[in-house]
Amino acid sequence: MSDSTEDRQRSGGSSTGRAGASDVHLRLYRRMLLIRLMEERLGEVQKAGDLPGPVHLYIGQEAVAVGVCDHLDDRDWIASTHRGHGHFLAKGGDPTAMIAEVFGRASGICGGKGGSMHVADFSRGILGANGIVGGGIGIATGAALAAQLDGHGRVAVAFFGDGGANQGVLMESLNLSAIWKLPLILVCENNGFSEFSPTATVTAGEIVARARPFGVAGATANGNDVLDVHRVAGEAIDRARRGEGPTLIEARTYRTRGHVETEHTFLSTKYRDDAEVEAWKALDPIASFAARLTDEAIDRERLDAVISDVRAEVDAAYAAAAQAPWPAVDEAYRNMFA
Amino acid sequence: MARKRTIQAINDAIAIEMERDPRVILFGEDVEISLFGDTKGLRERFGPNRVRNTPISEQLMTGAAVGAAAAGYRVICHMMYGNFVYTGFDAIANQAAKLRYMTNGQVKLPIVFMAVMGGGRSAAAQHSDSIHPVIMNLGGIKVAVPGSPADAKGLLAASVRDDNPVMFLQVAGRGGESGEVPDGEYVLPLGEAQIKRAGSDLTIVAIGSMVRPAMRVAGELANEGISVEVLDPRTLVPLDEDAIVASVRKTGRLVVVDEARQRCSAGSEIVALAMERCFDALRAPAARVNVANIAMPYSPPLEKAVIPDEARIATVVRQTLGVPATS
Repeated sequence: MSDSTEDRQRSGGSSTGRAGASDVHLRLYRRMLLIRLMEERLGEVQKAGDLPGPVHLYIGQEAVAVGVCDHLDDRDWIASTHRGHGHFLAKGGDPTAMIAEVFGRASGICGGKGGSMHVADFSRGILGANGIVGGGIGIATGAALAAQLDGHGRVAVAFFGDGGANQGVLMESLNLSAIWKLPLILVCENNGFSEFSPTATVTAGEIVARARPFGVAGATANGNDVLDVHRVAGEAIDRARRGEGPTLIEARTYRTRGHVETEHTFLSTKYRDDAEVEAWKALDPIASFAARLTDEAIDRERLDAVISDVRAEVDAAYAAAAQAPWPAVDEAYRNMFA
Repeated sequence: MARKRTIQAINDAIAIEMERDPRVILFGEDVEISLFGDTKGLRERFGPNRVRNTPISEQLMTGAAVGAAAAGYRVICHMMYGNFVYTGFDAIANQAAKLRYMTNGQVKLPIVFMAVMGGGRSAAAQHSDSIHPVIMNLGGIKVAVPGSPADAKGLLAASVRDDNPVMFLQVAGRGGESGEVPDGEYVLPLGEAQIKRAGSDLTIVAIGSMVRPAMRVAGELANEGISVEVLDPRTLVPLDEDAIVASVRKTGRLVVVDEARQRCSAGSEIVALAMERCFDALRAPAARVNVANIAMPYSPPLEKAVIPDEARIATVVRQTLGVPATS
């Protein structure tokens, strides 16, 4: 059925052996670390006042994007959120072009016209981050319709948060994707906050339970455990590729950074306890996975090589982006219409 | 050529486009049974994959149109009534209108959002809006407002073939009017106005539903020796500004007739255009004939009173010409 069978083997299905598993694990680790280091640097740049606009960092949630996107290739589609850098990088987007975009430069992935909330690379199936909470759900549903009509076993994934789960379009998508049996994976990253409101204060019941009345498969994953996300997403994606319809995944994780990096400049009161943040930091998805890899007797040298490799990649991306030219003013008037 | 109603002309155009391009798909509420008749028989002809009923979920329909178009399909998304576009507005205003620009041209979004608009059927305020001004201001959506069956056919074909989102707004309550429609493939360019009737004393720019009454007024005034030119822009985005300016330069007078509410209507835009580009040619202030800034009433005498009719158009034309009423 699918012409991406090979890729799915590459990404490590259940049949992967021991040696294969360590390769997969290192790949997952590397991708999470890339997101983390890119985002940490971005936080520093924002603090220094060197960014033109706001950024919403993905720090703490890396396991979700990486665990899901590891099963996808360029022919599959994702639609993302305002907190979209992690999805962009996990799906194979170019780090340099992403940072240049956040810097508003001509070499940015969108020529500097979209910025942080709109990083997209259609050639890699990245339908874009989105400034509208829940805005990617309908788009991914349409891409899933296209995938179904094409008949090549492609899938579409909508990433959204617990905030996005309260948009009516989620109900609409659960309903239609069930009726049409679309190859759609709805991935809710429950990070504990709808902007500044704790999830429990604005969200009734369990988000994953919203799948049940529609007859849609629902699954929870530990959003701080990349292997758990990888397993749950792999099952959902395989089902979708086989034509067995949509899945709603609720990945429970935590936003260790603010809603937006500049929030300290305008919020006069705290909306959460430091102790809560620290407790979740102790469950950091990357540190805990590194510890696990060491337990699995993955060579410390191999791990260190990955770390220095990623650091070099991040340094190179920021250096190139910082030197990139601004777009010509004429560009503001181009590409409204095809 | 054959005599057809607007709804049949549109049905023809959709069928021809679906026949020639297998990537054209159609979905919307009740498109299988077809409330208006414009999508009738298409499910039987093109199958359940390409022609699909959706639930009454406008947010999702418009969003899915964007996603399916981004993933390579040409999507016709039937919104039924213009007012229902508001329910699905996020994906139109924030996604379809912006995605290409925000991503610096990475994506083409060939989507036709189609809807019936306008009053005159006692459908009341939530089924009678003329929504084109709202869409005109979004920036990234083309707007087609055909005023005849032939134009409906030609503009719909062009809208499906266009690589951009197009809002196709049909005046098709009760099947729309009848007129001669070319057989087979018939494609009009988007952005080309048509002089429906040539004249020398005054230009009426008439939009969508207002073309027919404007033509009747022009015919009646001709009996009094008044020569009215009727120009139908046919699309509002892009707007054939040159044709409007050329007509106003020729006649020296402008009246815009538009069923939208007057505030920020297409008429507002066209009058401003005349001020900017041919003020020197105007021999009288340009005028607008619109629905007042109210919601559309239900009761027939009220609705009849607020929608511009031939008498109101003729009155404004006479005022602009400085000619007293005959009766």
